[in-house]
Amino acid sequence: MSTSHTSSCSLDAPGAEARTCATTGLRVCLTAQQFIKLNAVAAIVFLLLGGIAAILLALTRWQAVHLLPVDWFYRILTFHGLNMLIFWILFFEVAVLYFTATTLLKSRLFSKGVAWVSFLMMLTGAVMTNIVILQGKADVMMTSYLPLLAHPLFYLGIILVAVGTLIAVFNFFATLYIAKRDKTYEGSLPLVTYGAMAAAVIAVIPLLHGAIVMVPTFTYSLGLTPEPDPMWYRMIWWGLGHMSQQVNVAAMVAIWYLIAYLAVGAKPLNETVCRGAFVLYILFINLAAAHHLLVDPGVSPAWKIWNTSYAMYLAVLASMIHAFTVPASVEVAMREKGHSRGIFGWIAGLPWRNPAFSAAVLSLLIFGFVGGITGVTLGTQQINIIAHNTLRIPGHFHATVVGGTTLAFMGLTYYVIPLIFRRDFIWRGLARAQPWLFGGGILLVSFGMSFAGSLGVARRVHDIEYAGVYGPAAHFFLGLLGIGAIIAVFALLLFVVLCVGTVLFGAKLGERPMTDWGAAEKTFDAPPAGSLAHAHWAMKGTMALTSVFLLSFVVYYFANWKALADVWPVQ
Amino acid sequence: MSIQPPDKNWFRAPEGAEKMWIGIALVWCFAMSLMMPYWHFRGKQNARGETYAVSADDFWERTEIFVKDNQVGEIDGVPVVEPAPGSDAYLASRMWYWYPILKLRQGESYRIHMSSLDINHGFSLQPLNINFQVLPGYDHVITMTPTTTGEFAIVCNEFCGIGHDRMIGKIIVE
Ligand code: HEM
Ligand SMILES: [Cu+2]
Ligand SMILES: [Cu+2]
Repeated sequence: MSTSHTSSCSLDAPGAEARTCATTGLRVCLTAQQFIKLNAVAAIVFLLLGGIAAILLALTRWQAVHLLPVDWFYRILTFHGLNMLIFWILFFEVAVLYFTATTLLKSRLFSKGVAWVSFLMMLTGAVMTNIVILQGKADVMMTSYLPLLAHPLFYLGIILVAVGTLIAVFNFFATLYIAKRDKTYEGSLPLVTYGAMAAAVIAVIPLLHGAIVMVPTFTYSLGLTPEPDPMWYRMIWWGLGHMSQQVNVAAMVAIWYLIAYLAVGAKPLNETVCRGAFVLYILFINLAAAHHLLVDPGVSPAWKIWNTSYAMYLAVLASMIHAFTVPASVEVAMREKGHSRGIFGWIAGLPWRNPAFSAAVLSLLIFGFVGGITGVTLGTQQINIIAHNTLRIPGHFHATVVGGTTLAFMGLTYYVIPLIFRRDFIWRGLARAQPWLFGGGILLVSFGMSFAGSLGVARRVHDIEYAGVYGPAAHFFLGLLGIGAIIAVFALLLFVVLCVGTVLFGAKLGERPMTDWGAAEKTFDAPPAGSLAHAHWAMKGTMALTSVFLLSFVVYYFANWKALADVWPVQ
Repeated sequence: MSIQPPDKNWFRAPEGAEKMWIGIALVWCFAMSLMMPYWHFRGKQNARGETYAVSADDFWERTEIFVKDNQVGEIDGVPVVEPAPGSDAYLASRMWYWYPILKLRQGESYRIHMSSLDINHGFSLQPLNINFQVLPGYDHVITMTPTTTGEFAIVCNEFCGIGHDRMIGKIIVE
């Protein structure tokens, strides 16, 4: 537990329970290390469970295969959503919070006891929820819209996970506080910690919404209180459900910056801009919950438009800023290393064989080009009419939270295991291929879903044949979803096998540095370091890339207005 | 460095290409924000969310009166109902059917009241792909003007239990 005020919490203080990392030279808090391990292992177990569920679902939606019976389809869908979106993501994020608050600030973790309480609550909650779902007592989807009702332990499990996560967030902030108090670092927070802090700040609000909506639902399910209003439930639930996605975005972006630094030595061109963009997330994300209610009754169009555009578009602006600053920092770092041929010459010199790096690049591309563009478009108040609850929606978020966040987390793991578990990865060739397989597979999944959804195929439907309106094109895209899923889930399993295999059998590092995955090299004629520090137009490749991005965005956006204009007038 | 504290005086206004990109992105975000109010006044497809509170019993009663007054036929035991152009029509949803079948005329407008008698359902008109949420306790009114003819399926696209995928209704436009 927390020690007395007289001894500093600095990891450099005499007697600090810490070690020096043989690879980076950074100090690692042993308590934080233990909980990074625990949370990362739990995260990967839930990823595995969610992955098994994913293939069952995809092979059911692929109407030609139609694997699961109807009751198990909805059960496994509930299971998949929660294990992936909530358990895998939250456990991993807690590990990221503990890392960024301790090692990067040279501070010990605030409290081991608090970390245990948080971890055990989250774990108990997750296991409880999973058991209730698999027993068939909670076939209500992860959203559990009232008046659908699940077993009380389902809600209790989710409450435990949410509160456990809040406690971890508290431990994070308390660590920031003691680090500041004891001056373990000088000046401002490092950018990566700053991004993690943004994620943690944003996390508090959705987790509170979770408590606000789940507690009365839990007591209602016990028969103690009257039924909450179903529209109120949807509104508050999406306060949890959507805002928590912004936590994932902020955490993912922080990881992009981290990997860009580790693999290429990239540093932010302008700290003010990068930090400002994180602040925009904090300030303008909170009402984005609105865009799940765009075709709901009981909410006025003014409310919908205001909350969609004011809140969302300044957060979109933030993402668009990161989409420039991250590649620009990489490009400038590469040009300073001497890779300066033409507009795109630097790309050839990037460390493509480094799986963390390729994962981060794919994450950025898939998140931006597919997830971001579709998300803003589908979340447009009127366009939502032709997209709400169709497969276009999972098509969008499998590009954000899977191709984006999950892939970034996988990439980071290629450093976490050697640096924290201190073992070198087994099967390094397969590890280098894994992000490409996963990213490619999930892109096919996303395309299959999006196009099937554009043809009207609904999400969360076991069998589309009863409707009698879907032709061969819809079936083709559901098949594409299925094939993409086979590839993506294979890559997911490969990732789990690589991680577990490494933790159990990887070569022990001891005091040796990790075997490098590959970093960007300097050419023999590289200019002196820092020579481009004031060249504000040097990132030609990034400018080209972001122009293509903006063009795709505009085309897709207006194509959707056109598609909307083509349906019957509805008011 | 992203993992070390920044230089002391890190506060610096954006410059060069970065500044230009922020400007362009901001303009695009504003353009997108303006599209929605623009379409609200000028566009023909909007989700106005016109809503009245209604109990399940009341809504069912109104639906039955509507069916009795306007029934023109029956398909597989489900009444086919043709409301007068411009008038109010009722579409009830319940695990796991839509009631009744509506018969509309091309080019005419109808105020279609939708509500659920039990849990959340989703109104998804196919193959057009027009989607609205249907909730118990809320009378959600959509003014609809069919511009194409034929038989359209109403697919339920909000999960509503084991029979969800079989919850298929129908709208006929002549
Ligand atoms: C590994 C590859 C994955 C595949 C092949 C896959 C596939 C699927 C499929 C087929 C569905 C059902 C869509 C429907 O019928 O409505 C689905 C739903 C979903 N997936 Fe995934 N998924 C994968 C990974 C993930 C990950 C990593 C996450 C989150 C981090 C995730 C989050 C979700 C969510 C939130 C839903 C919606 C659940 C619901 O409707 O309640 N998926 N996924
Ligand atoms: Cu239904
Ligand atoms: Cu349904």
